[in-house]
Amino acid sequence: MSIDANNADPVALVVAPPVAGKPGPQKSGLLWLLNGRLAVGLVILVVMGLGSFILPLFAPADPSVQATYMRNLPMSGIHWLGTNALGQDIFWFLVFSVRNSLMLGILVAVGVTIIATIVGLSAGYIGGTFERLVMLIVDTFITIPLLPILIILGALIRGNTSFFTVGVIIIIFGWAWDARTVRSMALSLREREFINMARFSGANTFNVLTREILPYVSAYILVGFINTVLFAINTEATLAVIGLSKVEVPTLGSIIFWALSYNALFTGQYPWIVAPIVATVTLFLGLFLTSTGFNQAFASKRGVS
Amino acid sequence: MGVLGFVAKRIGLYLAVLFIGLTITFMLPRLMPINPVDGYIGQIQSRANGTLTPEAIAEMRANLEVLYGLKGDLFTQYVSYLKRVVIDFDFGPSFTYYPAEVSTMITTALPWTLGLLLTATVIAWLLGNMVGLVAGYFHKKKAASILEFVGILLYPIPYYILAVTVLLVLAYIFPIFPLSPTFPVGELTPAKMGMIVYNSLLPAITLVLAGFGWNILSMKALAVATTEEPYVTYARLKGASNWTRMTRYVFRNALLPQVTALALSLGMIFNGALLTEIIFSYPGIGLIMRTAATGGDYNVLYGAITLSILAVATAGLVIDLIYPLLDPRIRSK
Repeated sequence: MSIDANNADPVALVVAPPVAGKPGPQKSGLLWLLNGRLAVGLVILVVMGLGSFILPLFAPADPSVQATYMRNLPMSGIHWLGTNALGQDIFWFLVFSVRNSLMLGILVAVGVTIIATIVGLSAGYIGGTFERLVMLIVDTFITIPLLPILIILGALIRGNTSFFTVGVIIIIFGWAWDARTVRSMALSLREREFINMARFSGANTFNVLTREILPYVSAYILVGFINTVLFAINTEATLAVIGLSKVEVPTLGSIIFWALSYNALFTGQYPWIVAPIVATVTLFLGLFLTSTGFNQAFASKRGVS
Repeated sequence: MGVLGFVAKRIGLYLAVLFIGLTITFMLPRLMPINPVDGYIGQIQSRANGTLTPEAIAEMRANLEVLYGLKGDLFTQYVSYLKRVVIDFDFGPSFTYYPAEVSTMITTALPWTLGLLLTATVIAWLLGNMVGLVAGYFHKKKAASILEFVGILLYPIPYYILAVTVLLVLAYIFPIFPLSPTFPVGELTPAKMGMIVYNSLLPAITLVLAGFGWNILSMKALAVATTEEPYVTYARLKGASNWTRMTRYVFRNALLPQVTALALSLGMIFNGALLTEIIFSYPGIGLIMRTAATGGDYNVLYGAITLSILAVATAGLVIDLIYPLLDPRIRSK
């Protein structure tokens, strides 16, 4: 689509440009990074991240095994959130879910960031026919609605897939948006003085890309990374909710899948359905606040929007 | 040149996107290690308790390969696939509902999806832009940050969570809407129309809530930036009222990128519509895909995905072609 990516990037849009003529106070060290949003977001992420990675070491039993406990137990001191209709402890299932979802999100984000950075930087910097061709492919990947494709793939590999395969599929269909953003930044950087300076000093394309442009765009890439974690968790969970991911693995989506398919609503098992909703919303809010907080911090550091 | 060149370029891009999209849809299942024909034969065989003779299986395989368009080498398959889809809009018969044609099933479901999608998108877009405009224009006031907070809270929440929460609150705790909607078939009477609208409200509310948050945030950011522009200050010095400045000066200019964003977000809204249909059992493309995915009904899946690519790409094209009518800067280029 013939659309200026600068205008359409939700992350860039979300952050309000700083009010003109009022430079932020100079802070020492890493303190300039800290703002309200970022602090709240990071606290949520650290608590949920550490909790979900450390707690499983003390888990009494593998929560994905069915019929470990009595079914449909209410909340108690032993089972904090009760047990579900499959005889699993809801609290432990949730802890493992957050961990698995986070791990998948980070894995996918690493893959997507690498591909998007390489494609976006090279397209924006090299330009010409190469850029037009690459952008055509990128635009196609953006236009194609992801969910129908994932439903087909989910149906094809159902039962034969590993949790890892789901991640790879999300990488294949998730890199395009980020590549667009990186490319639009590379485009504007190409015209800057310091890039010309480097080129006239004899740096080759690879050197300019890695030494001059990459450090400049790394802040954006970090923000993009966090957003991709959010996107990946969301996509896997979406697939799981409709039963097309590896639903035996505890994730934020699969716990809702089981709760829905065992009619937790009608049987009055609120913890089974409400707990994952609360956990997901908290985690997503944490990721979102961190990414917009970072963006705001970087913007005010540069003194431009 | 000028207008014609712009239109021609945009249509060329549209065709290229469609072509690549169709190619991906064609290639993907063939790159996968699993063969749907094998799966289907396995299903039938287990139903027949393994009493099928090898000859019967071979015959069935040949028939299934014709139905799935798997005859011949990859290139022949590709050419006949493109010919069938582009020229005849034919995806073969459905397997679960044999001998119903996939194209018929899709054309029956499409008005439901489009109706829900268009209504919800437009409402979410209008509401979000209005709230975002107020939040952005008065961004120095405390109340504005409350409006923005609504956006921040709504935007990162995934569709399925919203859908389940809406279902929990509005159909279970406060039973205002039915838990499982029923949709009357047959001729349309006013009573049936009312029932359809009533049953569509819950999925529509979910979609509106989901699209709303993003629109608030982006409109707010745009409105803040526009409010700082010199021409708005000039209007204030000229004595234009707050209302005039907000609607005639800020809104009109901040709206343009929002139109573009609408085109780009359509693909994502489409995803949400599919999910909403699946969770609320709404009789559109999403529900068809869900049933087809569990039943291994691949022809239906390919038909539905081709159609969704077509729908999203076309909507993007239409919005891009309308855009120059709104933005004089593009016209003069």
